[in-house]
Amino acid sequence: MLQVQDLHKRFGGFAAISGVSFDLEKGVVMAIIGPNGAGKSTLFNLITGHLEPSAGRVLLGGRDITGAAPHAICRLGVGRSFQRTNIFPHLSVFECVQAALLAHRGQGRNFWLRSEGLYRAETMALLASLGLQDKAESLAGELSHGNQKQIELGIALASDPDILLLDEPTAGMSAVETHETIALIARIARERGLTLLFTEHDMAVVFSIAQRIGVLHQGRLIAEGDPQAVRADPEVRRVYLGERS
Amino acid sequence: MSRRIPWVLVVALVAMWVPWLGSRFYTFLATDIAILALFALSLNLLLGYTGLVSFGHAAYFGIGAYTSAILMKTHGVPFALSFPAAGVVAALFALVFGFFCVRLTKIYFAMLTLAFAQIVWAICFKWNDVTGGEQGLPNVPYPELGWMAAIPGLGQMRAGDHFYLLVLALVAVAVAALRRIVASPYGRMLTVIRENPERAEFIGINVRLYQLSAFTAAGFFAGLAGALFGIFNRGVFPDFAYWTKSAEVLIMTILGGMGHFWGPAVGAMVLTLLNQQITSYTEYWPLILGTILIVLLFGFRGGIVGALAGLGRRLRRR
Amino acid sequence: MPEPAFLFGQFLGGLTAGMFLFTIAAGLSLIFGVLRVLNFAHGSFYMFGAYLGWQVMSWVGPGTEYFWLAALAAAACVALLGIAIEHCLLRHLYRREELYQLLFTYALVLILADCAKIIWGTGQLSVSRPPSLSGAVQIFGTTVPHYNLFIMLLGPAIALGLWLLMHRSRVGRLVRAAVMDREMLGALGANVGSLYTIMFGIGAFLAGLGGALVTPVKSIVPGMDVEVIVEVFIVVVIGGLGSLWGTFLGALVFGQVLAFGILIMPRFSIFAVFALMAIILIVRPWGLLGKPLR
Repeated sequence: MLQVQDLHKRFGGFAAISGVSFDLEKGVVMAIIGPNGAGKSTLFNLITGHLEPSAGRVLLGGRDITGAAPHAICRLGVGRSFQRTNIFPHLSVFECVQAALLAHRGQGRNFWLRSEGLYRAETMALLASLGLQDKAESLAGELSHGNQKQIELGIALASDPDILLLDEPTAGMSAVETHETIALIARIARERGLTLLFTEHDMAVVFSIAQRIGVLHQGRLIAEGDPQAVRADPEVRRVYLGERS
Repeated sequence: MSRRIPWVLVVALVAMWVPWLGSRFYTFLATDIAILALFALSLNLLLGYTGLVSFGHAAYFGIGAYTSAILMKTHGVPFALSFPAAGVVAALFALVFGFFCVRLTKIYFAMLTLAFAQIVWAICFKWNDVTGGEQGLPNVPYPELGWMAAIPGLGQMRAGDHFYLLVLALVAVAVAALRRIVASPYGRMLTVIRENPERAEFIGINVRLYQLSAFTAAGFFAGLAGALFGIFNRGVFPDFAYWTKSAEVLIMTILGGMGHFWGPAVGAMVLTLLNQQITSYTEYWPLILGTILIVLLFGFRGGIVGALAGLGRRLRRR
Repeated sequence: MPEPAFLFGQFLGGLTAGMFLFTIAAGLSLIFGVLRVLNFAHGSFYMFGAYLGWQVMSWVGPGTEYFWLAALAAAACVALLGIAIEHCLLRHLYRREELYQLLFTYALVLILADCAKIIWGTGQLSVSRPPSLSGAVQIFGTTVPHYNLFIMLLGPAIALGLWLLMHRSRVGRLVRAAVMDREMLGALGANVGSLYTIMFGIGAFLAGLGGALVTPVKSIVPGMDVEVIVEVFIVVVIGGLGSLWGTFLGALVFGQVLAFGILIMPRFSIFAVFALMAIILIVRPWGLLGKPLR
């Protein structure tokens, strides 16, 4: 599904990502963990075209997407959420998600139809699956942080992606919210057969849903494998998990 | 869902009766307002809907005015052709200039739009052979409107009244088109770009392409407004494209409220009427305008329509 | 091929014009560099400097050495005006979008222009050169007034003074830190607000000084504010908004393009500078020596 091959990114003299490679199979849930500044967000930005790699390649379903524009990569079936909550604050929840549907269905060039009634049922169904149906008419920017994260997920899902990249989907959430959100994400990924790549700082969350884990440290992928293997890896224990215990 | 009221039609039907008030002056004012309303509404496609602060929108107004004036006066082209041509030429310039502008953001975008507008102004100001230079092109002919006299009820009217009805009809069509555009899926994409370009890019929107198309469309409608204004003003002058003109239309848009579709039109009307009233008392209109603007910037961010809408909401809650 | 002496005269003319513009543009660039506000009213400050200079001269005695005192007094008054505007109004708009700041300074343009008309009328006013610089010298067969020589030297002097202010003084260090990181500096206990006020005041002072010093060369008329703001705007865009040496370079380039543009295409020299500005904005939006903004 997604192949990352020997990816490098330098900012000036600073190597943010150096020599990261991994393969992600279809339908697998993978977590990228690592301390702050390890390069997790940079890695995401390289995959989704927000940054151009200094070297290396990114393949999606065998197709080279290195250096393509974000909107083009999105159209190839990659959805993502951002670490900093990233929604359309002055639109209603319905409009936010509907906009993504409109864009996905190629309606963006349609300047003659009225947009308000288009894909209403589908938008509402998607909102319902996120538990947002009651808030459809609220302004997105006025809702709670947890709701906004859900909206962001809704926007990402509206483009019907094959692979979803979530950057810290539970950042800033309470324990309860985190639990609910993770349950939601796991359910949706299962229902849609999504390939999921996410970053997360909460280890309990990571080990509860990830099938594979990659550990990023100072721009390098120091370990990658199933949770047991990663947990047992001495290098990981030393540089990362060890700091906590 | 409540039934939609076709507001453009309603407004046009009301405004249609102005000539029957019998005053040449009212018709004159109403024509002025209708044209400037279209100009301000075209700017708001960028400012309010796409989130692009253009400080050089007068360029396309000026290009439209000169295109139509040169075609009509120098080449004797009939209005029916010169009017759409003005929009198309303005849109072409907007496409070329916009191509460079949308690659920049924020203050640099504003500066480059301003720079292009000044280039247009400088060309109009200096290219004597074509644009008449500093003197402009006076005596742009009126379109041939004799046919209107044949319509029952319009036979007794002055030429100015006929022209007003023509302007009103054309502006109404243009505004209806603008309204359709902002309510369409395309319009939604523009709003999404205004709200958050980064996120918009990742629902699969080519942000720059959409910004460029909005810039071009806004240029088109500004060009149409300019063509009408040149005829109304009985001449076109380099001032049409000067940066102070760009500031003026920005003020109209902000005054009316850029958060609402009709805001800029209300702003154009209020500013024109105010100007009319105040200039009959004092020559210091800019002083008053500047003061209004400062009050607006500090006190009423949503403009007139924004303030009214807020008031309406509060009353309904009681 | 024109005579070398003529070309040299053209060059000096461009240099003088450029250094005049630098005096004014330096303030605009300084304000943008620190406050991130593009101040349309800078031309109005310049115009007020000119009118106030004339006013003081008419009180203390036209045609005397009091000219220098009048120029400084005028610039100081303009600086006070700038400080009042920044302190009472502008600072409340820093958190808002650029559009509001732009329109605010545009409102000032409208208001100040009419105030000048109300106070000084719409006629032309002029000031004569101070006696000490009323002569001229011959350089390579070109007659150069002493006053122009003074302006040519004043530009670099101001540039050097500003550089020393920014790099060798405590205020300058704080300002440069504020440009890097506003919040951080506030957390360190420095009063960012008053730093901004000081910088705005210095910017306004330079505009006022430029206006007062231009009076022996150009007559004072309404509309000089809008005319000059367009020119300094081009200067700072070419050189790089917020960059001192960029502004200096921009002023030099502007002066020469205008001076020689007139020879090559007499009618379109103004077009040439606008085109130059647009090209720079396209290929290097932050100017020749400026740095990209985040």
